[in-house]
Amino acid sequence: MSPHGNPEEPASSASEIKREAPKVAATTPAEQQHHEAPWSLWEVFVRSSRGLSHVHAGSLHAPDAAMALRNARDLYTRRNEGVSIWVVPAEAISSSDPDSKGAFFESPQGKDYRHATYYTKSEGVKHL
Amino acid sequence: MASQNLQSVPAELSPEEQEREAAGKAYFDRIISEDSRIEPRDWMPEAYRKTLLRQISQHAHSEIIGMQPEANWITRAPSLKRKSILMAKVQDEAGHGLYLYSAAETLGQTRDKMMEDLIAGKARYSSIFNYPAISWADMGAIGWLVDGAAICNQVPLCRASFGPYGRAMVRICKEESFHQRQGFEILLELSNGTPEQKQMAQEAVNRWYAPSLMMFGPPDDDSPNSKQSMAWNIKRFSNDELRSRFVGMMVEQVKVLGLTLPDKDIRFNEETKKWEHGPLDWNEFKEVLAGRGPCNSQRIERRREAHENGAWVREAAVAYARKQAQKEHAA
Repeated sequence: MSPHGNPEEPASSASEIKREAPKVAATTPAEQQHHEAPWSLWEVFVRSSRGLSHVHAGSLHAPDAAMALRNARDLYTRRNEGVSIWVVPAEAISSSDPDSKGAFFESPQGKDYRHATYYTKSEGVKHL
Repeated sequence: MASQNLQSVPAELSPEEQEREAAGKAYFDRIISEDSRIEPRDWMPEAYRKTLLRQISQHAHSEIIGMQPEANWITRAPSLKRKSILMAKVQDEAGHGLYLYSAAETLGQTRDKMMEDLIAGKARYSSIFNYPAISWADMGAIGWLVDGAAICNQVPLCRASFGPYGRAMVRICKEESFHQRQGFEILLELSNGTPEQKQMAQEAVNRWYAPSLMMFGPPDDDSPNSKQSMAWNIKRFSNDELRSRFVGMMVEQVKVLGLTLPDKDIRFNEETKKWEHGPLDWNEFKEVLAGRGPCNSQRIERRREAHENGAWVREAAVAYARKQAQKEHAA
C-alpha cells in the first residue's frame, strides 16, 4: 500500500526494511571538514511589540551579523513573535561573576526603605 | 548515585580549590532543595552536567532526525493546505533542535561535536524515529500519538532545574500543541471518510500506539538514571507515571476519532487511580535503541548526506561574510 510512491516503503515488501545498525563513518566528519571554521555564537533579543523592550530569546550560530539576523528571524519569529530583532556576538557580552554574586549584589541588602511597602499605610488616605 | 559522590570533592585539589568546590556544592544543593534554577556558569556536579548534556543533546538529535519521517510526505500531502501545515511542522522540528543544541552548548559542548557524533552514528536519539511512516495516515498518527507523548513528557521539563533547558522547553511546548492537533484532525478526517480511509487511519494508530508508549522510556524498575534525575529536579515524574497519564488521555480521545487503541488490557486501576496498559515489547525497544530498528541506518545516512550536501552553502556563507567585512573595512 504505497499509493504515493513513499521512499519509506521498500519497493517490494516490508520484510526488506533495512535492519542493520548504522555504519560508523570510516573517516570522521572532523577529518573531512577540517577546513570548516565553526560559525560564531550570537545572542538574540526580540521586541515582541512596539513599546516593549527587546528580551533575550536565545542564541544561534552565523558567519556574520547579516546572516545572524536572518537566522534569528527564521528561528525565533516563525509566529509573529517580534517586530524588531537585535543580534549580539556572544563574546561581546560582559557579565557579572556568578561566584561573587553575594558581594556584588550586597548594596541593596537591608535597605527596605527603598521600597514603597516599607512605609506605614494610613487607613483612608487616598492617592498615596 | 555513586559516581556523583566520587566526583564531589576530588582529593588532588589545593585547600583553596577544595574550599571553593565545597562552597559550590553547598550552593548547588541549596538551589536544588529550594527548587530554584541552576544557570550555566554556576558550580554543578560533573555528573549533573553529564546527565544534562546527554539528555539535551539526545533530545536535540531527536528533533532533527524527527524531521525525516514527515519530510518524506511533504511532496505527497493530499492538499496544498496539508502540505503547508506539514512544512510548518517540519520547520518547527528544525527550530526545536536548534533551541536544544543552544541549551546543550551552554554546558560546554560545541555544536560541531554534537553534529559529528550524530552523523557518525555515535549519538542516540528517540527510538520512535526509526520506524517508517508508510501511509498518509501515519502523519496523523505521528502528530496525535508521537507528538502527544512528547508533549506529555516535555511539559514537566519546562520546570527542569537547568535554566537553559527549561526555557527551551517552554518555547517548544508552546509550538508543539499545534502538532498534536493537526495530527488528530488528519485522523478525524480519515475516520469520517471512506471505509478505506478509516481503515488506513486505524492501521496507522495500530502501528504507532506501542512505539509511542515506549517513548516514555523503560519501566521504572529498569530505568537506573531516573531516580537521580528526579532528585536533581530534571525529571519531575517517573516514566511509568507519565505513560499511565498518556494512556488515560488517549483512551478518551480515540473515542472521538471513532477508532480503537490496539490494546485489550487498558484499564483504570481503581486502587492506584492509574491507567494501566498491556505488555510492551521492551526487547524491540532495546534493539531499536541499539541501532537495529527498521530505519536506523537510513536516518543517519540521510542526515549525513544533508550535512555533506550543505557544506558548500556553509563555505559560501563564510566567504561572503569575509568579503563583506573586507568591503566595510576598505570603505
